[in-house]
Amino acid sequence: MKHTIRQVFRSGKFVVGFSIFMGILLIVTFYPLIIRDAPLKIIGQGTFFAPGIYVNVYDSMGSPHYTILLDDAAAKRIADKLDDDDRQAIKEWLVAAGISEDAIEIENTESLLDLWVNNFDPTTRIPGMTNADRNYYIRLNTALDGLLSTEGAIVASVNPETGALEEKGVIRQTDYVNVNQVPNVRVLPLGTDNFGRDVLTELVQATAVSLRIGIVAGLIATFIGLVLGLVSGYIGGLVDDVIMFITNLFIVIPSFVLLILISFSIGQEQRGAFTIAVVIGFTSWVWTARAVRSQVISLRNRDHVNLSKLSGHSIAHIIAFDILPYIASYVVMALILQISSGILAEAGLSILGLGPRTTDVPTLGLMMNWAMIYQAHILGKWWAYFPVIIVIALIAFSMNLMNTGLDQVFNPALRD
Amino acid sequence: MNAGKKPCLSGRGVTKEFGFGRNKTVAVDGVDFDFYEGEIISIVGESGSGKTTLAKMLLGLINATEGDIFFQGKKRNIGSHRKKKEYWKSIQAIFQDPFSSYNTFNKIDSVLLDCIRMRGGGRLPREKKIELMTEACSFVNLKFEELTNKYPFELSGGQQQRLMIARIFLLKPQILLADEPTSMIDACSRTTILDTLMQLRDEIGMTPIFITHDIGLAYYVSDTVYIMERGKFVESGTADQVILNPKKPYTQRLINDVPKIYEEWDLSTV
Ligand SMILES: Nc1ncnc2c1ncn2[C@@H]1O[C@H](COP(=O)(O)OP(=O)(O)OP(=O)(O)O)[C@@H](O)[C@H]1O
Ligand SMILES: [Mg+2]
Repeated sequence: MKHTIRQVFRSGKFVVGFSIFMGILLIVTFYPLIIRDAPLKIIGQGTFFAPGIYVNVYDSMGSPHYTILLDDAAAKRIADKLDDDDRQAIKEWLVAAGISEDAIEIENTESLLDLWVNNFDPTTRIPGMTNADRNYYIRLNTALDGLLSTEGAIVASVNPETGALEEKGVIRQTDYVNVNQVPNVRVLPLGTDNFGRDVLTELVQATAVSLRIGIVAGLIATFIGLVLGLVSGYIGGLVDDVIMFITNLFIVIPSFVLLILISFSIGQEQRGAFTIAVVIGFTSWVWTARAVRSQVISLRNRDHVNLSKLSGHSIAHIIAFDILPYIASYVVMALILQISSGILAEAGLSILGLGPRTTDVPTLGLMMNWAMIYQAHILGKWWAYFPVIIVIALIAFSMNLMNTGLDQVFNPALRD
Repeated sequence: MNAGKKPCLSGRGVTKEFGFGRNKTVAVDGVDFDFYEGEIISIVGESGSGKTTLAKMLLGLINATEGDIFFQGKKRNIGSHRKKKEYWKSIQAIFQDPFSSYNTFNKIDSVLLDCIRMRGGGRLPREKKIELMTEACSFVNLKFEELTNKYPFELSGGQQQRLMIARIFLLKPQILLADEPTSMIDACSRTTILDTLMQLRDEIGMTPIFITHDIGLAYYVSDTVYIMERGKFVESGTADQVILNPKKPYTQRLINDVPKIYEEWDLSTV
C-alpha cells in the first residue's frame, strides 16, 4: 500500500495534476479567511468595473499631498484624454469647419489642441452631422478644457449656515498622494461583475461550491456505479440482466438530457447546489457501473476468488475483500473523472439556466450564466467570464492529469 | 475390480462448453467416471485437454453445461451457499498456478486462519491457533515464524505451493483435487512434495486426485489413471494397465514424451 502511494507520487503527471489541484484547494480554503467579504455582496454601483486598484477620491483629498515634478505628467494626462480616435475626430471637425488639411498635424498634441481651442464653437452647424456627433464633440471639448492650463482645481464645501461655497484647498496638477496613506483603497484584481460584485471573491467561493458539487456528484455516481457493477458482475444471471437493462436504458437516453429534464421539473426554487449535485450524481453512474462490471467479470473466475470460496467465505466477504481491493485503483480513477465531469455538468446546466437557484451561492456555472446573460462577452468585459473558464479548465486539467498518472502506475502496460 | 469399494465422486456425461456459435469450445466432452474412496487417481492429458475445467466442475466452482455429478453415491446438490460451504468441507483443491491463487492483499496468517475457521476452530484461543498453524507449516517444511505477517507473493512459487498443502493439512478434506501441485518445484523436491501429500493421505484418509500432464508422475503416484484427450477420457485403468500397455496412440505419445520414465523416478518409495 505504502509502496503504491510512493509510486503514485513518482509519476510526473500525477504530481503536476495534484499540485495544481492542491493549489486550487489552498486558495479556496485560505482566501475567505483573509478577505472576509460576503461573496455575493454588491459593492459596486454599476456594471463591470475593470480590474484595478480603486482609490477613494474623498480620502485622497484628506491625505497628505506631496509635490512631485515629472516632465511627462502633462503629456500623459492629455494622452489619456485624447486617444487616436479623438484626434481623428478633431481633425475631421476642423476640416469640416474650413481649416486646410495641411495645417493639421494629428501627432503634434500642442498644435492640435491650439487649433481646437481657437476654432471650436459648439454653435457651429456642420452639414451632415447628427445630434449624437454634436454631443460627442461637446463632451470632448469639456474633457479637454483646461488640460493645457497649469492651475489646479479648487475643492470647496457648502457652509451649512449660509449655503455659500467655502474654499477648502487647491489640488494642483503636481500633487500626489501615497496610496498607502489613503485609508480606503480597494483592489479589485478581476474587477466587478454585472451586479457590481467583486469577481475574485465570487470566483473563489464559486470554485469551492463547484468543487463540493463535483465531489458530492462524483461520490454518488461512483457509489451507485460501484455497487451496481459489483453486484451485476459478480452475481450475474438474472440480476445482471436486470441491472444491465436499466444501465442500457440510461445509456440510450444521454445523461445530460436526463439531467436537463430532471433539473427542469424540480423547479427553480427547489434547486439548491446540493440538489443539483445529487441530480448530477444520479444521472452519471452509468459508465462506472459498466466498467466495474466488466472488471468484476474478469476477476470473479480468478483462482484467488476460487480459493476464497473454498475457504467458506460469503458472497459479501468475497466482494468486499477479494474483488474490491483489486478494482480499488480503478474506482479511484473513476471517482476523479466523475468529480471533474460533475463540475462540468453543473457548468453546462447553469449556462442553460437550469443550475442552482441564484440567490444563495455562486457556482462556476452560474458565473458563466450571468456573464452570458449580461453580454460580458459582447461588451468585451473579459474579466467576468475568462477567469471562470480558466478555473474550470484548470480543475478538469488537473483531475485528468491525476487520472492519467494513476493509470500509468496501476496499469503497467502504459508505463513509459 | 472395484467391488466393495464406494465411489466418492462420479460423473455421467459431464460436459462443459465455453462461448457460443463459432467461438464455442467444448472443454469437457461428456465424460463418465467413478472415483473410488481410498484410491489414488490421476488425470493425465496434454495442455488444453480440459483437465482444469473438469476439476472446477468437480469442485462446484463452475456449473456443468450438461451431465450429472454424484457425490458419495448421491446426486450432488450444492444449490445454496450453505450447501456449497458444507461440500467444500469435504472437497478441496490445490490450484495450478500458485502465483494467482492467493489474494495479494491478505497475509499468509489469514490464509491459514481461514482454514481453521472452516473446520470450526474460529473461537479457539490465539495460542492454539498459532500452534495449529505452526504444525501445518512444519508439515510442509515451512517455518511459521518466518511466514507470519508476510504476504504470499513474497514467497517463491514452490513455497506457495507448499503453503497450499499446509492449507489442506488444516482442512483435512475427504477428497483433494491437486492440479499440477508440483509445477513450480524442481525435480528433487518434487518427490518430497508428493511424499508429503501421500503421508497426508494416510494420516487423514483422503482421496487424492492428481491432475497432471506428466504421465511419469502419474505412474509414480497413482492407482488409477485416466487419460484425457480434447475433453474426453480416451483410456482408463490401473496405472500398470494404462502405462505399461497403452492401447491408444495418444497414450503412447504421452509416454514417449517422458523418455526416461524408469530412471527419473525412484519407484521403490511408492
Ligand atoms: N473460462 C474459459 N472461457 C473460455 N474457454 C475456456 C475457459 N477455460 C478454459 N477454456 C478452454 O477450455 C479448454 C480446456 O482448458 P483447461 O484449462 O481445462 O485445460 P488444461 O487441461 O487444464 O490445460 P493445462 O494443462 O494447460 O492447464 C481450452 O481450450 C481452453 O481454451
Ligand atoms: Mg490446467
